[in-house]
Amino acid sequence: MNAVALRVQRATLPSRIGLGVGLAAVVVLALGPLWALDSVLRTLISVFTLLALAQMWNLLAGYAGLVSIGQQAYVGLGAYGLLLFADTLGLPLLASVLAAAVAGTLIAVPTALLAFRLRGGYFAIGTWVIAEVYRLVVTNVSQLGGGSGLTLRAASTVDRTTRLYLTYELALVVGVGAVVVTYLLLRRRLGLALTAIRDSEQSARSLGVPVFRTKFAVYLVAAFGCSLAGAVIYLNLLRVQPEAAFSVNWTAFMIFIVVIGGVGTIEGPIIGTIVFFALQETLSGYGAWYLVLLGAVAVLVTVVARRGLWGLVADRTGWSLFPVQRRLEEHW
Amino acid sequence: MTWVNVVVQGLLLGGLYALFATGLSLMFGVMRLVNLAHGDLSIVAAFVALAIVDAVPVNPLWTLLVVVPLLFGVGYLLQRGLLNFTLRGNDPLPPVLVTFGLSIILQNLLLEVFSADSQGLDAGRIENASIRVSDRLAVGWFPLLTLVTAVGVLVGLQLLLSRTRLGRSFRATSDDPEAAALVGLDHRHVFAMATAIALATVAVAGLFLGVRTTFTPSVGPTRLIFAFEAVIIGGLGSIWGTLAGGLVLGVAQTLGAQLSPGWGVLAGNLVFLAVLAFRPTGLLGREVPA
Amino acid sequence: MLLEVDRVASFYGDFQALFEVSLQVAEGETVAVIGANGAGKSTLLRTVVGLQDRATGTVSFDGRPLDGIPTHRRLGLGIAMVPEGRRIFPSLTVEENLKVGAVRDRPGRWDVASVLALFPALADRRDRPGTLLSGGEQQMLAIGRALMANPRLLLLDEVSLGLAPLVVRRIYETLPEITAAGATVVLVEQDIGQALAGADRVYCLLEGRVALQGRAADLTREQITEAYFGLRASG
Repeated sequence: MNAVALRVQRATLPSRIGLGVGLAAVVVLALGPLWALDSVLRTLISVFTLLALAQMWNLLAGYAGLVSIGQQAYVGLGAYGLLLFADTLGLPLLASVLAAAVAGTLIAVPTALLAFRLRGGYFAIGTWVIAEVYRLVVTNVSQLGGGSGLTLRAASTVDRTTRLYLTYELALVVGVGAVVVTYLLLRRRLGLALTAIRDSEQSARSLGVPVFRTKFAVYLVAAFGCSLAGAVIYLNLLRVQPEAAFSVNWTAFMIFIVVIGGVGTIEGPIIGTIVFFALQETLSGYGAWYLVLLGAVAVLVTVVARRGLWGLVADRTGWSLFPVQRRLEEHW
Repeated sequence: MTWVNVVVQGLLLGGLYALFATGLSLMFGVMRLVNLAHGDLSIVAAFVALAIVDAVPVNPLWTLLVVVPLLFGVGYLLQRGLLNFTLRGNDPLPPVLVTFGLSIILQNLLLEVFSADSQGLDAGRIENASIRVSDRLAVGWFPLLTLVTAVGVLVGLQLLLSRTRLGRSFRATSDDPEAAALVGLDHRHVFAMATAIALATVAVAGLFLGVRTTFTPSVGPTRLIFAFEAVIIGGLGSIWGTLAGGLVLGVAQTLGAQLSPGWGVLAGNLVFLAVLAFRPTGLLGREVPA
Repeated sequence: MLLEVDRVASFYGDFQALFEVSLQVAEGETVAVIGANGAGKSTLLRTVVGLQDRATGTVSFDGRPLDGIPTHRRLGLGIAMVPEGRRIFPSLTVEENLKVGAVRDRPGRWDVASVLALFPALADRRDRPGTLLSGGEQQMLAIGRALMANPRLLLLDEVSLGLAPLVVRRIYETLPEITAAGATVVLVEQDIGQALAGADRVYCLLEGRVALQGRAADLTREQITEAYFGLRASG
């Protein structure tokens, strides 16, 4: 028998091309304030922040198997954190955004400890209940504006255009950052651990994979990402109301984007975000039918094409733009 | 209001919650499926009743004769035609995604067809009639009827599970679907029957709640949350636990509302979180939710 | 032929467990399938009963090909299996475990009363949860549950697994009564002694193929050992 030399390969030609294209795109987008209308910039802020949210949800559900319907908790916490640090405590805007993200992550610690007592579908509802608790607490505290909410007054310290550009660049960093951080995390041992846990938790545990710690870490990362995105979203929107900031629709959008694009892949949420915004532009006049369609497509994709749009592409071509899989290749 | 009165009102409300929780608990017990559209389906039932009552002026309680069999059929078809396909393999994602998607679809369909207006089912004099138990305690006829109905449904379900062939099929299929196939049980049919029964109970619950309070297309998730909290507080794997959980939740909410009007639901949530933190198996439960 | 297995190959995902296995069982016979661990014996029974996700070849029962007939309907046709590991339902009592075996309501000699008469140890424990029994009692219960469907073909998968020899013997002592009542039996066994004692004909599997077949009385110990362990002088 001849011994065959094997090596572990990660980068492939399509991924290298993808990297090049991606970098070029990021540079073009970063120069947005030079070539884009204000309205376009505002739409792009929504695109980038939603992309970040979707990547976080994907990290939780697609990689760690934690199906959360409560990520809106962190969007809201990010928003109210921003209000707290910028308006009440007078920190500069950028610092407030960061502080809000950290605060959200700290609150995620006890949240995870509670939520992790549940599994599967009950875990999903549990996270939703906890989000509702946060919403109710905020609604009942009048200093936080109660049910009618508050407006970010600190925003008026900066002139409109500068604020828009600042928010835009921040959103771009957050969006690209979410993709990059997810990719980097999955390339390391965490990625292997998650794959093992996804395949069989028991086996992973018996092999010494720290299951609880791994899931906990992922939950905190997602909390940070969602809180950060939430703060940036409301830095743009300015008016924070509990009903909207803690709305389950945030999670519904995250789910739609990830499912359509492809769960458990990094490319998926990118494609999903594009599809989502395309649909939103074309169907905005149809009211609730738009959401019916969203729901129907998500259901259909889950049952028929479980791996989403990117899954269909990857199955045909074998491409991987963000190669987190370690391929075993024969090396001559 | 005296505190006794508050607790009694809470128990009566709790009966309704127990009824909501029953269907959720049954589906989870038989096939480990959590139906996130559970609450929304109760709203569908209420709207169907509303449509019937608009066309034919009867007391809404009569619509049970139509709505319950209707939702029974819908449940069977839903499970057999859609949800069974999400249960293949051990992936927790598809059932959550599909039922969540269903929830969004139902809410927005109802919104388009019926508008966001608040609706109510008028059951006439029975709604406001009450029994004088003592000088300071009056028990409403309708809430009492609700509690009695809830207990009745739970007793019926318990009997179904323990004494009938279908009940044995439920338990066997839930234990070991492959061995169940070896003894001739078709899990697709067994699961569909479980969902059918679950939705039938949801229809009853939806109707009673529709009489008791107003409803809108988007209030489904709130009911799901109450049903879920009742199940967890009471404990998994026990029908009487579901009743207990509902009662505790109802009392917690009414006590909370007594302290301050906005605190009712929050009080219930906090009790749920406390149970989750300190006694995850619930009051009467036999399994840990994790 | 009551059961005909014709060039069946069976897979677990990408792993092939059976390669072109053929086997015939006439009505009224008792056939034993023996072989080492991993030889494919249980896979064979699972394929007959329809539990394998992927299998090629044909399984025919009473002349009728079973392609496309799901497991739960094969019971109605008269095929019952006592699965490896017994797989008693923990949420059901002993009596309920028996009753659930009769779901397909086939007429015949076996009902709760006659099964409990066959296995008196179970009668005392009829209201206990099915898994709160000793290993031997659970095995009896599993057999009883399969009998409740009054099968024409009874498949026994590794009945002796994990049981003391005395218990195993007692269980096999009930076999004649079962076959006398009309069942054709295919038993998969690692205990060669019991298998040969109870069977008319024997198949020996090795790594997914039939290595030896014949009448139990005709086969020598040597032949069986060779086929069982795959010992063959290389030539």
